[in-house]
This record gives sequence, C-alpha cells and structure tokens, in this order.
Amino acid sequence: MGRVLAAAIGLASIAAAAVAWAQPPAGAAACTGCHPASTRAQSPVVRLAGLDRAAIVRAMREFRAGTRTGTVMDRIAKGFTDEEIQAIAAWYAAQR
Amino acid sequence: MIRGGAPMTLSRRQFLKLGAVAAASPALAPVPSVAQGAAPRVVVVGGGFAGASCARALRQSHPRFAVTLVEPNPTFTACPFSNVVIAGLRELSAQQFTYDRIAADGIVLARTTATAVDAQARTVALADGARLPYDRLVLAPGIDIRWGALPGYDEPAASEMPHAWRAGEQTLLLRRQLEAMDDGGLVVIAAPANPFRCPPGPYERASLIAHYLKTKKPRSKLIVLDAKDAFSKQRLFQQAWAELYPGLLEWVPLSKGGNVTSVEPATRTLVTDFGRHQPKVANVIPPQKAGRIADVAGVADRSGWCPIDPVTFESKLQPRIHVIGDAAIAGAMPKSAFAANSQAKTCAAAVARLLTGATPSTPKLINTCYSLVAPDYGISVAGVYQPTPAGQLADVPGAGGVSPSEAPRAVRAAEAVLADAWFRTITTEVFG
Repeated sequence: MGRVLAAAIGLASIAAAAVAWAQPPAGAAACTGCHPASTRAQSPVVRLAGLDRAAIVRAMREFRAGTRTGTVMDRIAKGFTDEEIQAIAAWYAAQR
Repeated sequence: MIRGGAPMTLSRRQFLKLGAVAAASPALAPVPSVAQGAAPRVVVVGGGFAGASCARALRQSHPRFAVTLVEPNPTFTACPFSNVVIAGLRELSAQQFTYDRIAADGIVLARTTATAVDAQARTVALADGARLPYDRLVLAPGIDIRWGALPGYDEPAASEMPHAWRAGEQTLLLRRQLEAMDDGGLVVIAAPANPFRCPPGPYERASLIAHYLKTKKPRSKLIVLDAKDAFSKQRLFQQAWAELYPGLLEWVPLSKGGNVTSVEPATRTLVTDFGRHQPKVANVIPPQKAGRIADVAGVADRSGWCPIDPVTFESKLQPRIHVIGDAAIAGAMPKSAFAANSQAKTCAAAVARLLTGATPSTPKLINTCYSLVAPDYGISVAGVYQPTPAGQLADVPGAGGVSPSEAPRAVRAAEAVLADAWFRTITTEVFG
C-alpha cells in the first residue's frame, strides 16, 4: 500500500509538472502576436519555436539593457525579469 | 492506472487527466467544475481577434474540450489596416478572413447571433432558437455604437456621416465619399472621448486621409475635431503631420472647441460649442460601448464596458462568464487587436485550468500597436501588463512606450514594414 501511495504521489508530481508544462509561462503566449507561430506567415520577424534557448535569453537581456538595437523589443524586454526570460526561452526552445 | 501498478508510458492526455485528479484534491486546488470524464464545454461568443483567438487556443491546447464559436458573419473583416483601405491604397478583400480553418480545428461554428445568457442555468440562447449549455462562457462581442449618445448621430446618420469604426461597408462608404469629393473640399473627422476602440485609430486615419488628399486633391483640407486634449502617440503624430502635411491637417483639441456636441446628418453639419462645420465629407467616430450581448448577459457595468478579473478575465459581475477584447475594462491595456489576441490566450489558459481543477497562474500580457502616418512611415506603441493586488491590469513599470521621437526615416520605414508583417502574422495565427 505504502509503495502504491508513493508511486501515486510520484506520478502526481510528475503529472503536475506536465500540466504546468502544457501551458506557456507568463508572457510567452503574447509573443506570437508578432513572432509567427506558423511557418505559413511571411514575416521578417524571427520565428521563436525551436530557437536556441541561450540565444533567446541573450537577445532578451541585450534588448533590455539597450545594447541591442530593436524597434519594439527594446521596450518590451524591459517588462520581463531574468526568471521570466529563462522560462520563455526554455518554452520556445522546446517547441518545433 | 495507479491501482494497476506503475504504467510504462502515459499519453499526454492521460497525463493531463491524472494531473487534474491530483490537483483536484481539495487541499491543493479548487474542485474541478466539470464531472470527471465529461468533455468540458466552452462557448465563445464573437469571432473577432479576441473570440477566434480564444476558441483556437483552447481547442489547440485541449483537443478534448468541446468548443463552440458563435458568430453570425461568414467572414471576418479586420479593422487594423482598414484606414489604408479608406485612403484607397488597399482593397477591403485584404481585410477579410473566413472561419474555415477554425472549423477545421474541430471548433463547432454556430453561424447565428447570441440573444440571451442564462447565468444560472449556464446556457446561451441563439437567434435560431437553440440553447447552448456551457461550463465556461467567453464573451468577445467587440464594440457597439452608442447611437444617440452624440445628439443627432443615430443609425440612419451613419449612411450620411460614416463612422467606419467597424470595418466593412462603412469603410467603403467613407472611401467613396472621399473619392467623390472635388479638389479643394473640406473633410472633418470627429474623434470621441476615452475609452474607445483603437486609441491611435482616429489619428492614423487622419494621417492617411491627409496622404490621400496631398497626393490626389492637394487644395483640400482636413480638420480633426477632438473631444480630448491629448491622444495616443500624440507627439509622434504631430511631429509627422508638421513634416508631411503642413497646412493640410488641423487638429482642434477639446480646449480649443474641438468637442462635437451634436450633428445634423441632413446637411452633414457638425456642431461644437465654438461653431458649426459643414464639410464635404464627415467621418463621425461616435461614443461606444461593449457589444450588445455583454449588456444582456449582465456583465457590463454603468460605463457600458465589462469589469474583469485580470488573472482569468472572468467577469466581476457574473461567475463563469469571461470577457475579452474591446468589451473588457482591461486597465492600462488599450482596445487593440494585439491586446485582444493577448487577452484571449491568457483567458484560454485560465479557463482550461479552471475546467481541469487547477489554479490559474498569474499572467503577463503584451500589446504592440503600429500606426501608419504615411504608407512608408510607421510609428508604434508597446506595453507589458500584469495584474496588481488591487485587481487591475497595470503597466509593468519601466517597460513599453512609443517609438523614439528623434529617428531617421529609415526607422519609420522599418516600422511600416513591421506593421504590415504584424497584420499577416496575427491574422494567420487567428484565422489562417
């Protein structure tokens, strides 16, 4: 019984993590307003899905610091913490 | 599964179900609102940027959900870029989208009007007599014109003095009136007090009509009569007007007699406290409110708009009914297509969590609005938003703002290109 319960708790926590993962982290869903989610949209704006995680983090930090030139991203990046940037980058890096 | 021993593999769907069961334990999270095993039913009313985005986000993240989109129009006509249509530089067909792809996602389309909501029984009544039961209802009705709020501006007046604030026939009517006007004519735009759909819209429209006049009818004049003393992206617009349209475009603020107090459609006259204007073309952007179903459902307050919880977009007036897009009172977020799309995805995530017994997570939302001052001259405003403890959606301090006031024309040209790209991207996400 104890083992079954432990297994159940273990599964539940994995499942809870899966539920959390099933939804984008704070702010991430809004990005596709400009960054195409679909490969069908023709845009000069980079598609985020599948990009390197570290590259997204670096770009966001540079936009935020003002060391990378942007049109709107310099203004938007200032609204996100390091933690949020890490989560958003991990989310898009895991997409295909 | 658990009783039978540890499974070797779980599908994502099984995982989600299991998560819902775990999270549903009373100590952890609210009890799910749907019987275990039954597919949660979500009805979305309104197939614009907000409603269509929300229906799609729900269905794509939770294929098990039964999602119905109530929308009487077979095609959607987008407002962003409709000012370019008015200026004769774009066809209305470029603004129009069907619901075919949305239906192909497995969303049920109810091609009729929602006429009533029973919040107790949790049903939506449709004009065709059907009743749709729901576990969660999302209202995305956009705006309605407050006919008569500006004395003289009733529904028939709109065929003499078009508002063109819902894209479609009104857009084309205003364009035809401009095309029919002789060189040397006077055009007047009446801009409303806050809040209204698309805060920079009247000024983008003024800019593009000025561009049309400058290139086609250069002896003409455009006056903007404003019920306000300040407006969105004001400095950028005024700087560009001085550069591009000197002597052609005049903005009259409230304090200088800009407030239109009544109109007389028979003579196309606009009356202010300071005088009367009788232009050849009069574009009256009238006071607005949330679309009709919001009022019927009891989610609109005395302002005519809908107060919402900033985490879930659930109505503060009726449980299990969410309001997104232009109809919602979204604090610092403007009534824009980008904001509607951002809110829709936030709302969809919250609705999904509520329906699976999980607690909605605190969101962060974004808005970006481009305006064209000329076809190759774009400016933008951006913002990042988060809920405050007091239940408002507020700007994240230090973020957002408008395009730099000092910038080379190459930057303005780049923003015009990005504006165009934004339209393609968002309409592909929502309708493509």
